[in-house]
Amino acid sequence: MTTHHNAAFVRTEDAPLMEAPSSQIGPRAWLWKNIFASMADYATPGKAVISLLMTVITIFTGYALIWMIWTVLDFALFSATFFDPEGLKRDACLDEAGACWPYVKAKWYQFMYGFYPPEEVWRVNVCMGMLAIGIAWLVFPLPHRGKVALFMLFAYPVIAFVLLNGMPIEHEGDIGQIVSGVWFPLILAGIAFAGWWLARSDRYGDVVNAMAPALLMAAIVLGIFAGLPLVTMALDLALGTEVVETNKWGGLTITLVVAIFGIVISLPVGMLLALGRQSNAPIIRYSSIIFIEVVRGIPLISVLFFASAMLPYFLEPGVDFNKLLRAMIGVVLFASAYMAEVIRGGLQAIPKGQYEGGMSLGLSFWQQMRLIIMPQALTTVIPGIVNTFIGLFKDTTLVLIISIFDLLGILSATLKDPEWSTPTTAYTGYLVIALIYWIFCFSMSRYSVYMENKLDRSHR
Amino acid sequence: MSSISDSDDAVRSERSGLAALVFDAKARSLFFQVILAVLIIIAASIAVRNAGANLAEQGREFGFDFFDRPSDIQILTTFGTWLLDYEAGQNTVWDVFLLSIANTLIISVAGVIFATIWGFLLGIFRLSHNFVLNSFATIYIELLRNVPLLLQIFFWTAVLRLVAPGPREEGWLIPGLLNFNSKGIYGPYPLVEEGFNFTLIAFVIACVAAWGFARWARRNQDRTGKQSPVGLVTVALLIGLPTLVFLVTGRPMGIEWPNFVTEGPILRRGFENGIGSYIAPEFFALFLALTTYTAAFIAEIVRAGIQAVPKGQSEAAGALGLPPGLAMRKVILPQAFRVIIPPLTSQYLNLTKNSSLAAAIGYPELVAVFAGTTLNQVGRAIEIIAIVILVYLTISLLTSAFMNWFNNRVKLVER
Repeated sequence: MTTHHNAAFVRTEDAPLMEAPSSQIGPRAWLWKNIFASMADYATPGKAVISLLMTVITIFTGYALIWMIWTVLDFALFSATFFDPEGLKRDACLDEAGACWPYVKAKWYQFMYGFYPPEEVWRVNVCMGMLAIGIAWLVFPLPHRGKVALFMLFAYPVIAFVLLNGMPIEHEGDIGQIVSGVWFPLILAGIAFAGWWLARSDRYGDVVNAMAPALLMAAIVLGIFAGLPLVTMALDLALGTEVVETNKWGGLTITLVVAIFGIVISLPVGMLLALGRQSNAPIIRYSSIIFIEVVRGIPLISVLFFASAMLPYFLEPGVDFNKLLRAMIGVVLFASAYMAEVIRGGLQAIPKGQYEGGMSLGLSFWQQMRLIIMPQALTTVIPGIVNTFIGLFKDTTLVLIISIFDLLGILSATLKDPEWSTPTTAYTGYLVIALIYWIFCFSMSRYSVYMENKLDRSHR
Repeated sequence: MSSISDSDDAVRSERSGLAALVFDAKARSLFFQVILAVLIIIAASIAVRNAGANLAEQGREFGFDFFDRPSDIQILTTFGTWLLDYEAGQNTVWDVFLLSIANTLIISVAGVIFATIWGFLLGIFRLSHNFVLNSFATIYIELLRNVPLLLQIFFWTAVLRLVAPGPREEGWLIPGLLNFNSKGIYGPYPLVEEGFNFTLIAFVIACVAAWGFARWARRNQDRTGKQSPVGLVTVALLIGLPTLVFLVTGRPMGIEWPNFVTEGPILRRGFENGIGSYIAPEFFALFLALTTYTAAFIAEIVRAGIQAVPKGQSEAAGALGLPPGLAMRKVILPQAFRVIIPPLTSQYLNLTKNSSLAAAIGYPELVAVFAGTTLNQVGRAIEIIAIVILVYLTISLLTSAFMNWFNNRVKLVER
């Protein structure tokens, strides 16, 4: 302390901070660091060549970038026709070289709902509203996520089906006929209740655990055969909905129906296939491997052709089941095989100690899977799963090839309308549809990045 | 991995009869296998029985005799029709099958080559510190990855229709080399004359010599540490030797340029059919869409691969005194390749499978012309779709096998 007084000068407070040199901050430094630094090295002939090459590439790329952005802006905004107050239709858009927005406005209903009857469209809106709320609930951590997830996975599909379609159609030989008797679902429901009661009891609980896969399959069958008609009838009595045949569905509605169906079904099927591929039981393993490899080896179109042209041959003569359902089955088969490979990657990343830990706790195989292995495996491969979802969402466009009018199919159909045929109509339509797909896919990919960071427990 | 099914052996309790069986892992595994096998057999036999009944009802038989039938469908002039000299009514269904495979393969190979080049370039742009290149690559990748390929194919078809000059006009794609109008792309066609074989032989010899030199150079470097200019010698051999022989033998190759007709009846004007080489606009649209779309995925794979190489590797290479270019070539890239190759393989396979989207714009490949037009014509859905599935499976398996072989070559050899 005393040395202070002997010194000639002691600084008692911090010197003022100097500003960073001008070469390090400000727009000029930014430009230098991010653009020009890579083109400024002329020390040797080799480096000079690289610098010159970089200059040329940068100028060319920059030009291409600005040109692209300008073209899109010019097309969508500056040269576009926005209003058609006099109802001229195509004549309103012929003068301008830009987008024809009145066309989009006129066809927007079809883009969203296809040929769904306008007086019944509230049903689609309720469906999509519930979907949006459900997804938002699960995406943003709100309370009771587990219950909401169960509702969205099991109850929502039934409600959505009843709302969109109305009562199941009762044709000869249709599924509707099989399930239409009330007694049949009631007996099945009784069996399901007995199973649930057994699983809870002390005495038989572990038996149920050991036989989990068989019971789960039975439960799914029960859910389809018992749950669907019961809920259908209840809702139908309450709402008195009219049947809207699936060939009237279209646009974004069908895209979302196919995509959500595919996403919801392909995840559990993919898990089962991935586990099957790792199983010690040869029949299970080889049937999983063959299914996965065959489906992954062929294009989705041939799966859809298979579902639309070949499958009818394998069904009872005279049975004609819904084209949309066939396409959805094709999409699910396809997506499940890819999902299985993604999940297998996750399973392989789990150290053996985790399985052994589960065994030493006395857990059954399915308890290990449910409580220990799957949560970790799925977390590791979230990016892969979401990528498969994105791929599936984009692949739903292929259903137009077997003439189902999804978003892109409906666009192609409206482009043939002579009342709106202008040179720019097609580009306007492509721009809008591309934007809709892009918003869905891009938000999914952002969500996967967010989840990856959130669930990452390894790098803390 | 996964020796899981024995897990409950430890907790097998003292129960008798049926309960003991339930807790016996082996018995349970057998039980589920039998159930699965029975289900598969039942499903298969029902399917076969129904197929028989359905075919009988339509008065058809199962068989592959339709391959011999003459095919009278009109097919767009493409690589396949040129290869098989196809003309409607003159050829059989078998020829249509072969030409559709040829068309699938040519679009796949062309797509794979250009998508790889463009994708690697974009991947490097994406990693660049240069703001312009980086943002270009980012926008490009995020835009194309998230829009369905089919929509992009439609878009490119429409763009080509918009920018192409009319069918009676002489447009240029590459001035002086490639012509272009709404009927397609026309270019020079090599007319091989007698004596051209020597040039081909010279090329083969050059390939062998280049391979031999590279081998010798590597051995020599291992032995003495001296480096040889392998790249330069290879290029010189591959280009120089055939050119020399070509000139010495008196340039035995003519070039047929496309013939642009400006006179005569109006319908005959434009480029004359069958003169010069020709690419249909459908091919070009599909090629553009497949290449640009797949390149966006390849770019992300390349970026991830290069980023997966720890920074310490390039630092260590620098510490050894390797200049950055050499460090990239000898240290970073070989390691990045190990990460890149498996997903790159699946992108190649995706591209091949995606070429089937041509069905939507009418480029005559396997799905469009064989599983589409031909199926409608001969009506043998089961046989034709089974064959299509087999062809794609074969292509997939061959590509996987090749890429696995390549992967094993670049794999890290651990002691």
